[in-house]
Amino acid sequence: MPDLSGYRFTASHEWVDGGSRVGITDYAQAQLGDVIFLELPEVGRSLSAGERFGVIESVKAASDLYSPVGGRVVAVNTALVDSPEKVNADPYGDGWLLRLEDVDETGAELLDVDAYAKVTEGH
Amino acid sequence: MALRTPLYDRHVALGARMVEFGGWDMPLQYSSIRDEHTAVRERAGLFDVSHMGRVTVAGEGALESLQRLVSNDVGRLQPRQSLYTVMCNDGGGIIDDLIVGAAASAGVYHVVVNAATREKDVAWMRAHLGSGTSFDDVSAETGLIALQGPRAIDILQPLVDADLSALRAFTMAELRVSGVPSRVCEVSRTGYTGEDGFELYVDAGAVGTLWDVLLEAGAAEGLRPCGLGARDTLRLEAGLRLYGQDMDESVDPYSCGLGWTVKLDKGVACIGAEVLRGIKETGPPRRMVGLRMSGRDVARHGMSVFREGEPAGEVTSGTYSFTLGCGIATAYVAPEVAASRQPLSVDIRGSMARAEQVPLPFYKRPPTA
Repeated sequence: MPDLSGYRFTASHEWVDGGSRVGITDYAQAQLGDVIFLELPEVGRSLSAGERFGVIESVKAASDLYSPVGGRVVAVNTALVDSPEKVNADPYGDGWLLRLEDVDETGAELLDVDAYAKVTEGH
Repeated sequence: MALRTPLYDRHVALGARMVEFGGWDMPLQYSSIRDEHTAVRERAGLFDVSHMGRVTVAGEGALESLQRLVSNDVGRLQPRQSLYTVMCNDGGGIIDDLIVGAAASAGVYHVVVNAATREKDVAWMRAHLGSGTSFDDVSAETGLIALQGPRAIDILQPLVDADLSALRAFTMAELRVSGVPSRVCEVSRTGYTGEDGFELYVDAGAVGTLWDVLLEAGAAEGLRPCGLGARDTLRLEAGLRLYGQDMDESVDPYSCGLGWTVKLDKGVACIGAEVLRGIKETGPPRRMVGLRMSGRDVARHGMSVFREGEPAGEVTSGTYSFTLGCGIATAYVAPEVAASRQPLSVDIRGSMARAEQVPLPFYKRPPTA
């Protein structure tokens, strides 16, 4: 388990780290199974907290992605175009989805590691 | 509450993620669908398919009853041979797709039916049996394991006392498997993956031992336990239909490309034969085509298909092909759309994804040396 002390989480299984990178949780990737395709936003797009920003598709199903916080997209992980399996292999590292600047936490409902662990308990 | 096969505890112990399928609690995947898919294409995979139903039809009227019930010609089966067929209603709609096998003894047939349609099939078959025919649903007493992949024969051969290379596709042998004492397995050279392989029928009480023996024997060959996830990606690459998704009672066999299973001149008219003859003569109202997506995105069941911006049909099955590295799908389109071979597009969540029409199957296993 990587050190997730700087990470905060949503009940919809996304995370945002101290560098304002956004991804999905290990629990989410395990539930989805093999990720094969991601639809990610254009660089420059502004997102508000809780806004749907893309789709993650696994062999089983497609799921919407929601931004944990507001902000402007300054980078998306282009390595995922050819290697979406990085989301499965390293969801908190190489499998990051995008990076935000001008972060705005208005309306954000964020959980710390322990609170998020409770969300996934019993599943 | 979902039903469990005799192997349920083993799946859980192997760390499988379980899902409900056709009323059964079945393994979706043990490790990952990709790993399991690749294992079957390159080495071998082991599937619990004990959820499938199995019935025995026997007696002096058994052949005639089956000829009435199913579209294919059961009369051409030699002992220990089997065939793929559909069973139609009076309107030519498909009730289910089946494997019918002739047992070693004359007048005894085994029929394998889908798990989700078992009760419906059993009721239909019972209601349409001719005289002199006994019918027995042996699903609960029968376990079924599929051993699939290019190394399947190397894994099974040392465990049995017969030359498996002599066992042709769609034939079966009654064999003892070393380590499974006092039980005979019916070993059939069939499968649902597009690879060479075997399906092994055994008493439900012995299927656990058979599973353990095969997993252990296959470890050195790279055998992996495989779930329904890989079973679906493998069968779709191989162009094999899935009942309930690619066909149902509103679909005739010609529309879904299974006209080859309809033998209208077999001597006994099957149920629906008149309607089927008409469809054969005038041509089916739609055609199943293969779609190869230009990207990695996946067309799913029920998504709309377009040609030059006009509605042209509907996706029946779609997945990501690990073998081809792109999305693949099957769809029903009007006959003239299929004949045109024109590129189509699929509405995936509001954006039009380009798709080439390609012949089925998407994948054919390389010929063995």
